Amino acid sequence: MDQYVPVLIALILGGVVALVMTFASTMLGVKTHSAVKDEPFECGNPPSGSAWGRFSVKFYLAAILFIVFDVEVVFLYPWAVVFRQLGLFGFIAMLLFVLVLVVGLVYEVKKGGLEST
Amino acid sequence: MDMTLPAVNWLSVLPTLLLSVTGMLALFWDIWMKDDERSLLGWLSLTGIVVTALCSWLLWGQNDVESFSGMFALDAYAVFFHLVFCLVAGLTVLMSLTYLETAEIRHGEYYALILFATVGMTVMAAATDLILIFLGLETMSIAVYVLAGIWRQHLTSHEAALKYFLLGAFASGFLLYGIALIYGATGSVQLGPIAEHVGAQGSSPLLLIGMGLLIVGFGFKVAAVPFHVWTPDVYQGSPTTVTAFMAVGVKAAAFAAFARIFLHTLGAVHTDWQGILWVVAALTMTVGNITALVQHNIKRMLAYSSIAHAGYLLVAMVAGKELGGAALMYYLVAYGLMNLGAFGVVVAVGRKGEPHEELDDYAGLGFRHPALGMAMTVFMLSLTGVPPLVGFTGKFYIFSAAVQAGYIWLAIIGVLNSVVSAYYYIRVVVNMYMREGEAIVELPSLRSALGAAILIAAIGTVLMGVFPSASMSWAGASFLSLG
Repeated sequence: MDQYVPVLIALILGGVVALVMTFASTMLGVKTHSAVKDEPFECGNPPSGSAWGRFSVKFYLAAILFIVFDVEVVFLYPWAVVFRQLGLFGFIAMLLFVLVLVVGLVYEVKKGGLEST
Repeated sequence: MDMTLPAVNWLSVLPTLLLSVTGMLALFWDIWMKDDERSLLGWLSLTGIVVTALCSWLLWGQNDVESFSGMFALDAYAVFFHLVFCLVAGLTVLMSLTYLETAEIRHGEYYALILFATVGMTVMAAATDLILIFLGLETMSIAVYVLAGIWRQHLTSHEAALKYFLLGAFASGFLLYGIALIYGATGSVQLGPIAEHVGAQGSSPLLLIGMGLLIVGFGFKVAAVPFHVWTPDVYQGSPTTVTAFMAVGVKAAAFAAFARIFLHTLGAVHTDWQGILWVVAALTMTVGNITALVQHNIKRMLAYSSIAHAGYLLVAMVAGKELGGAALMYYLVAYGLMNLGAFGVVVAVGRKGEPHEELDDYAGLGFRHPALGMAMTVFMLSLTGVPPLVGFTGKFYIFSAAVQAGYIWLAIIGVLNSVVSAYYYIRVVVNMYMREGEAIVELPSLRSALGAAILIAAIGTVLMGVFPSASMSWAGASFLSLG
């Protein structure tokens, strides 16, 4: 189990940092209240209401587009870490990967997927 | 830190890459294209598919092209299926060139999605890793979910897409869970090590549950009873060309992976899964054929017929061994040709705004349009299994494989089912030749892409039926490449 000790430490450290930040901002921060500010989310769809209510399909689109680029970053980070070891092979492979995503991005921009109205 | 890069044999993914690039080109070109130029996309896709087919053909038999750390193998088995997928996609595109006009589907993404779905199929056929097979399955499925709903003017198309998506996602969950359990039981997701482990240790409860879940996942994709309930609604609601693509392409891809995993990798424990597949095969044939008897909509009838044919294909799986495997592959080609042809005729009979999908719409068709009537007769007789057409030879190989493997009762159930199926297939022919047509509908000239697709399917149906040995021995050789 020895190899899991760093994981445990990271877990505890993460918890401590989160707790400290939350409490510090509650203790030290200046507070102003207003109806809008007290809502759980300041923008987007109303967070509660009937489950049958309709909402714009644009939210769905935004979520899907987010996933694409989120996944891209997931791959780019480890690649950047071992960039030197991978050499030219890794560089070209990642270039191809990004190229495929760029095709998607261009398609999306041209189809108006990024327009917010 | 030292890293070993995987030895990559690009040749093994060449067909897949070609299809992907064509798909992306189609997607890209569509953005800048004027509305009335859309058919160019079809021709571009067709070119890509033909080039891919040629490429795969040249790579046939080069068994050593295994690559990506043993995750991908373009063995003869995979090449065989690549060619089947190219045939299916090519005929679908040919039919779509006419169909998209009549159905007024103006989305350029249509062709790109067909190509991307085909990419997924090629991955499923060539992958030797359960995760990669799952990835291919999803690539294919997601494209087909969208295709099912691309007929935006029709509510039934929306319904088909949503039903297919929800149930498909559910089935994917089963498949993935099965993969996880098999990993737990054998310690690998790669087919080679799994086969070794299973060969040495035999089965375990965990492996049994994993195999069961895999059967559920694949059973859904091939529309086997009791995982077939989505089929009629989805097939009827989707655009006809997409239905043809689903009924043949998706089924062939699912069977490619299904047979590779069960007949080859899990072949050592075949006594554990043959029993359950026996029951599924018998149920699938019977339920499919009996329910097809009472259908009045031709697409719905063909949907139940496709369920029944999944049953025949499962008989080949149960028979197993070299003969069963080869019969399975042969029958997939046979089924592809005759079913695509039948759907081609359904497309030809449809008009703008009037799909003409009821059986009554075929009354008198044989006189109004002799060539079309003739073609439909060939396809219907072949689906029934009348010699000398390909449906007969295919069934003959499957049932003789079953008898040789000792599954005589399964063969008897299959033959009885073929007799039952004659009723609803021949009814179409009777409608075409023995009833007066109420309305004379002007039919499209067959000197079009659609006509070419029907002609190719009809010629294939006859030729492969009359000269079965060449394609059968080719299927056998491809199956043996699994080792």
